Amino acid sequence: MRIELHVNGEACEADVWEGESLLFALRERLGFPGSKNACEQGECGSCSVLLDGRLVCSCLVLAAQAEGHEVVTVEGLAEDGRLHRVQEAFVAAGAVQCGFCTPGLVVATADLLEHNSDPTDDEIREALSGNLCRCTGYAKIFDAVRLAGA
Amino acid sequence: MSETAVPQLELGRIGEIVPRVDGIPKVTGEFAYSSDLQAAGMLWGHTLRSPHAHARIAGIDVSGAVGMPGVHAVLTHEDVPGAKRYGLEFQDQPVLAYDRVRYFGEPVALVAAEHPEQARRATERIRVQYEPLEPIVDPERATEQDPLHPDRPTMGHGYRDDPRPNVVRSLVIRHGDPDAEGEVSVSGVYDLGIQDQAFLGPESGLAVPDGEGGVDVYVATQWLHVDRDQVAPCLNLRSEQVRIHLAGVGGAFGGREDLSMQLHGALLALHTNRPVKIVYSREESFVGHIHRHPARIWAEHRATRDGKLVNVRVRILLDGGAYASSSSAVTSNAASFACGPYAVDNALIESTCVYTNNPPCGAMRGFGAVQACFAHEAQMDKLAEALDIDPVELRLLNALAPGSTLPTGQQITGSLPVAEVIRRAAELPLPEPEKLPRDPLRLPGGSGNTTRGEGVKRGVGFAVGFKNIGYSEGFDDYTAARVRLHADGSADVHCAAAEVGQGVANVILQVARTELGSDDVTLAPHTTSTVESAGSASASRMTWMASGAVRDACRAALEERERTGGGEVDVERVYRHPRTTPLDPETGQVTGERVHVAYACAAMRVVAEVDVELGLTRVVWIGTAQDVGKAVNPQAVTGQIEGGTAQGLGLALMEEIQTRDGLITNASFTDYLIPTTLDMPPVVSELIEEAEPDAPYGIKGVGEPPTVVSTAAIVAALRAATGRELTRVPVKPDDIVGL
Repeated sequence: MRIELHVNGEACEADVWEGESLLFALRERLGFPGSKNACEQGECGSCSVLLDGRLVCSCLVLAAQAEGHEVVTVEGLAEDGRLHRVQEAFVAAGAVQCGFCTPGLVVATADLLEHNSDPTDDEIREALSGNLCRCTGYAKIFDAVRLAGA
Repeated sequence: MSETAVPQLELGRIGEIVPRVDGIPKVTGEFAYSSDLQAAGMLWGHTLRSPHAHARIAGIDVSGAVGMPGVHAVLTHEDVPGAKRYGLEFQDQPVLAYDRVRYFGEPVALVAAEHPEQARRATERIRVQYEPLEPIVDPERATEQDPLHPDRPTMGHGYRDDPRPNVVRSLVIRHGDPDAEGEVSVSGVYDLGIQDQAFLGPESGLAVPDGEGGVDVYVATQWLHVDRDQVAPCLNLRSEQVRIHLAGVGGAFGGREDLSMQLHGALLALHTNRPVKIVYSREESFVGHIHRHPARIWAEHRATRDGKLVNVRVRILLDGGAYASSSSAVTSNAASFACGPYAVDNALIESTCVYTNNPPCGAMRGFGAVQACFAHEAQMDKLAEALDIDPVELRLLNALAPGSTLPTGQQITGSLPVAEVIRRAAELPLPEPEKLPRDPLRLPGGSGNTTRGEGVKRGVGFAVGFKNIGYSEGFDDYTAARVRLHADGSADVHCAAAEVGQGVANVILQVARTELGSDDVTLAPHTTSTVESAGSASASRMTWMASGAVRDACRAALEERERTGGGEVDVERVYRHPRTTPLDPETGQVTGERVHVAYACAAMRVVAEVDVELGLTRVVWIGTAQDVGKAVNPQAVTGQIEGGTAQGLGLALMEEIQTRDGLITNASFTDYLIPTTLDMPPVVSELIEEAEPDAPYGIKGVGEPPTVVSTAAIVAALRAATGRELTRVPVKPDDIVGL
């Protein structure tokens, strides 16, 4: 089936099979592989995107459900070649190792700071508890969030 | 959303904090991981896996799958043109199962189709006639049951000849007088469940036929050249016809040492003459790769009344699962580190790994030392209690030091500041107990809101561990690097060292910039096609080995330019660490100067709170001091310590692959839990920089010691809080409550 949607502000269309997730369509059909396929079960947060401004796991949304909606992926956060402050903070704080969780964490952190510009440490921990990271032990991710929020 | 300027990334010299060279592509989503790859005309591969832990294959009928929509190939063992078996150390693992399957999830057949769902559905139409056999699931009984591998693939390689069935390797270390008596003795039996690497990037890659019979494989792996050396014979190709290229790696932790999709993708690509991409699902990843060996360890420590160790007697049983993988080296490591970083004149250590039909096991961060540390540290605490000596003092009293002799007979000739890491970790100030009432997020049970503080007890634990750096037992361990100096003053460096997230790409550039005195240095793609092997990104060896190779190649390149008076220079150099020698197969004693190249140690102090009524835990604070040699990039080093500690916390509290009759029952992140932001406490890291004399720039590896020590330290804190023995990890609520 054919779907039309906006990704990172641009109109896109694709032929998808009815069973395909939004994650698969973004990665394999629309040229946005930044959102990651770590579990495809809604457990790890690595595929996090904003769907009409709401943080969702794109693996749990059917591509067909995104018809007519606005999606923002990690590729849409930097503007005019300038990194989003969350992206900059993740690099500076050493919050990236293998980086497979990073796109989801960057999107989730941007969403957190959009709604709460000065989160407490407990609020950071709770807000990011749906994003698994296997490399960092999260310490430098907390540093990055505090740096971006400062 | 506010924006700031792109940070100026300056890749510095050795010892400086420098942002990752791949940092910006990873935060923008542009970094190409192995699952992100695409090619024109690409097909999707899928693997049919065994639903049985043990069964004879009476027949395979692929006819139902062949005509399915979009299907281009359906392959079985009959389509493997070369060797039918492969393996990291011993060729005991079928490319595709032929006469029987030996574990749940073993690959049986392959499909390539135009859409991944078509490939999955086609595999469901392959009819395999299985005749189920009784699975061997109890490692203690495995040596009395029919052999899973009648041809005994691991015997006759210089190991002790153990005639019992299903022994992968058994090793006995006899040191001093193994019957020596002490004035005090403590003993215990310790168990560890199966841990999974649970890297976030699932196994994946793209195989592309070259049109001339060869193939290029772009894959996430830890050792490009050993992949090639396993793939080529099974495809009946010369090694130069198989080129393995590193695609972006989403974590590894030992789980990418063995092949995953490399051979299968190449088979499908050569068969269809189309590029083939394979991406495992999370469930397939859990069943498709090797795990950390579960273990049972019996230990007895004998000591004088004033606390000096006299004799340590340990028996270790490891469950290797169905295929050898790196089990033989894990068996040896567990034995080498069984006594911990303590001097003891007498020891009897037996370490055995058996074949079973449980999930296959191999390399995971810590590699045998994790299991050993959990047991020896519990024993040291038990001994301290029996002697009424402070547990930190007991450890200091027995600490290994340069000049000490290990149970293998090897004398420590390099750096090993055990007493220093103990003292520095013990001096770290503990946080004050937090007052009540408080946010439930900061209580055991967290947002489950299960307590307001009643029934919560605090405990402080301490542990010390150590591990080898680099490959051991006579293995010819080397790393190559190639440096090209251009006429315009720029340089590029080729090294096949796998960047798995640990930061070795930065290390290579830092070394090259330091040696060449120039910032205009580029790191070329990691591949088998332009440079010799780098060895594995394993065993905490890659920073040491890559630094040595890049240093030597840079210096040779400068000399060459000096000699030729300028122009283009292209040199390759191979770096080897000091030679190791095997253990004597009968005594377990070193046959030359050293069995391991070098050692690194860490000490850790943990504060935990436990709800002793509900069995729920909260790790409050972790402080550690680690022997790192030289911190090439201090930010990356503390990142390794924090991440390695988290993996040890997972094994202590929550991570276990569960099985029933050999079948994995929790192959998802819903049922196999890894630590989240809510589980991890702050980690205070003290870096002890004492140069390793045999290593370039005094470097030691840093990846594994935190994982070795943290499981033991966390459980020590739980014991202190609860007064229970807690002899098995992961510790479950039932164990704490005493059900």
